[in-house]
Amino acid sequence: MSAIVERVKAVIGPEMAGPGLAFLAVVLVFGIASPQFLSAATFGSVAFQLPELGLLTLAMLLPILTGGLNLAITFTANIAGLTLAWVLQASGGVDAGPGAFLLGSVLAVLVGAASGVVMGLVIAFTRAHPILVSLSMMIFLRGLGEFLTRGGDVSGFPAFLGPLGHGSFLGVPIPLIVFILCVLAWHVLLTRSKLGFNTYMIGSNLEATRYSGINTRKVIVLVYALSGAMCAIAGIIMLARFNSVRIGHGESYLLITVLACFLGGVNPFGGFGRVIPVFVALVVLQLLSSGLNLVGANQHLATAVWGLLLAGVMVLRFVATKFKISFVRKET
Amino acid sequence: MHQLATAGGGEKPLLSLSDINMTFGGVKALKNVSFDVRPGEVHCLAGENGCGKSTLIKIITGVYRPADGASIEFDGETYSHMSPVTAQDRGIQVIWQDLALFPEMSVAENIAFQTVLGRWPKLVDYGRMRKIAEDALARLGVTLDVDLPLKEYAIAQRQIVAIARALVGEARLVFMDEPTASLTQSETDHLLDIVRGLSAAGVAVVFVSHRLAEVLEISSRITVLRDGALVGVYPAAGMTQSRITELMTGKTFDQQVRAKPRDGQPVVLDVKGLSRPGQFEDVSLTVHRGETLGITGLLGAGRTELALTLFGMLKPASGTIALEGKPVRFSSNRDAIAAGVAYLSEDRLSLGLIQPQSIADNLVISSLDKILAGGLLSEDRKGSLVGRWIADLGVKIGLQQDAISTLSGGNQQRVAIAKWLATDPKLLILDAPTVGVDVGARAGIFDIVARLAESGLAIILISDEVPEVYFNADRVLHMAQGRIVGNYDPRSASLAEIEGAVYA
Repeated sequence: MSAIVERVKAVIGPEMAGPGLAFLAVVLVFGIASPQFLSAATFGSVAFQLPELGLLTLAMLLPILTGGLNLAITFTANIAGLTLAWVLQASGGVDAGPGAFLLGSVLAVLVGAASGVVMGLVIAFTRAHPILVSLSMMIFLRGLGEFLTRGGDVSGFPAFLGPLGHGSFLGVPIPLIVFILCVLAWHVLLTRSKLGFNTYMIGSNLEATRYSGINTRKVIVLVYALSGAMCAIAGIIMLARFNSVRIGHGESYLLITVLACFLGGVNPFGGFGRVIPVFVALVVLQLLSSGLNLVGANQHLATAVWGLLLAGVMVLRFVATKFKISFVRKET
Repeated sequence: MHQLATAGGGEKPLLSLSDINMTFGGVKALKNVSFDVRPGEVHCLAGENGCGKSTLIKIITGVYRPADGASIEFDGETYSHMSPVTAQDRGIQVIWQDLALFPEMSVAENIAFQTVLGRWPKLVDYGRMRKIAEDALARLGVTLDVDLPLKEYAIAQRQIVAIARALVGEARLVFMDEPTASLTQSETDHLLDIVRGLSAAGVAVVFVSHRLAEVLEISSRITVLRDGALVGVYPAAGMTQSRITELMTGKTFDQQVRAKPRDGQPVVLDVKGLSRPGQFEDVSLTVHRGETLGITGLLGAGRTELALTLFGMLKPASGTIALEGKPVRFSSNRDAIAAGVAYLSEDRLSLGLIQPQSIADNLVISSLDKILAGGLLSEDRKGSLVGRWIADLGVKIGLQQDAISTLSGGNQQRVAIAKWLATDPKLLILDAPTVGVDVGARAGIFDIVARLAESGLAIILISDEVPEVYFNADRVLHMAQGRIVGNYDPRSASLAEIEGAVYA
């Protein structure tokens, strides 16, 4: 019996406690406060809002697991979006065909990955702090993007891109399908691949990992490259949803992605953290903002409540650890 | 040498403890321990890691509060427990192994900062601090520039600064926790002289050390603890190292030279004229199949640099390395591992193992390709690989998913050895494999080493403890200042002969 409990615990993991409890609390509180909360409409709005923030959070997760950070995620996403927009416009704008979209998307992902490769190379070879390196990249990309767009919007895309942003397949929003596929890809990457394994090890102790015969530089470069590629996917989805690209799109998401990672139990110093709890944490954040919207609270208040939620979860985690210790002592 | 051994004999004890009990999370750390120290004596507290030595010191210095019923008598006053402030006021000082100094601050500030705390006016009088620091160092017969930041000094001088700080607090009783762990022999000799000087000046010193030779040299009495209980108090005169080990572990160790001739076996490693200027020069050596080659020498002799070069992490400036007859040139340790070289780091805490991660992940990290199924890591294969090695090397663990840091030093080291064996090495380099491993568990590690050699593995065993290589290697090389200066066969050379050469 206890073996089964251990097995279940191992599958769910201790990181699940925070986001799991928060999920239950949010559903309970708003379920009671507003009769419309537990409705298809709520889940519909969550399903459309979740993917952009979610994809960017996936892009943030990998660097955090190595003990780093990628502050350039939103600008990488929009530079990748601009790449796609440029290919579409060069192929006739609103008249561009699916072939141009495919080519543009591939180029966008390559541009995103390239931004990651540059950061990864600098971090791996100079041992400069990832915050500084990605901050430089963030400022560079923002400047580059503002220069290329003159600070404005780029729009005028073919109509068949609409469904990618707003359409549904078998009742499930297409952006959500893309996001869930990416979540699954990240889950497999982190739990089953050598790269994922080494990502955790580097996050806990880079030197010991190197002494164990792991090519730590290669791992770091790949991690940032994948982070950049994931940004590009977010950029493509944002392009389709807003039907435009602007270098500042989603800028406010940057720190929210960090928050979502920590809410999902990711260790801020690296080495520990799983995709599924982060996914649940993202759902909680979106439910919270939809719920507040339903009970008539100001949209800006939702952001403030997100901050409070994270602080609350940190305090609860601290109390839980304390309680465990005093509990053991009492047993004696 | 032993004239101090009787210095405190027959007097009323300075410190006397009885009925000390202490429990942590259900584990009894101390069981009815009693302990006494006479004025001016050098008293050794001996026991394996986890036997309760540190807990006892923390009770005496007021960090921990013992269970009710305890009695602590110090210089005529009886306490049921100490507080850090009382302990300080009564002149009880501790020098912890990590020294608890401030590397960025000057020597004077390190020595005298406590004396300027809490005075009115709340201003720092640097002149007074400097004077206090110089006086304290003078009492130890040492001159240091008190204005230099402490980080400019080597560990041996920092140790002296820590002792000087203890003296400023009018110490009557000083605890020293592993004071010689990172010192060379001549530095250790100097430190032992200082301890004798303190004792002669009437300061009692309680000495905690794993190095039993110096314990016997310096102390007048030895208190042995095992598993939180008092084994006994013994006069140092007439004690032997093996007797103390037996008392500490409760087991008898009959150390015998394991060396056997292996020259008939094929050569696995052949190194010719290997040099890295400033680290080692012109090193030539061979290791045969099934042979254990011991390399000993003082810290800084270039042993670890040589090992890292063989492991591909440093590049030689000149010379050749051949494995099983084929010349090799490694561009990284990945090449070395692929060629069958494994290196167990001397620094298990920060380089050898990834402490926060699990036992299983630490064991498989260097052989991930072995647990792939269809290109992905297989939990089942990992579990069975780990299970097999855990059983084979007799590692005591709870769950495979537990953090490696939850294991004892000896069990961690077994996992570290298993991690390298899982890569199917031809040559295993063990750099200081018993650092931070209990005396009792060391024998187990060397039993494993002997078994591996017997199975045909070539082993290089590096240690600065000469007896370790003497008893466990087939041949012993002595390295000094980057060169190999001696080559001994333990079957014909005596331990004293090699120790004499190394510690000269």
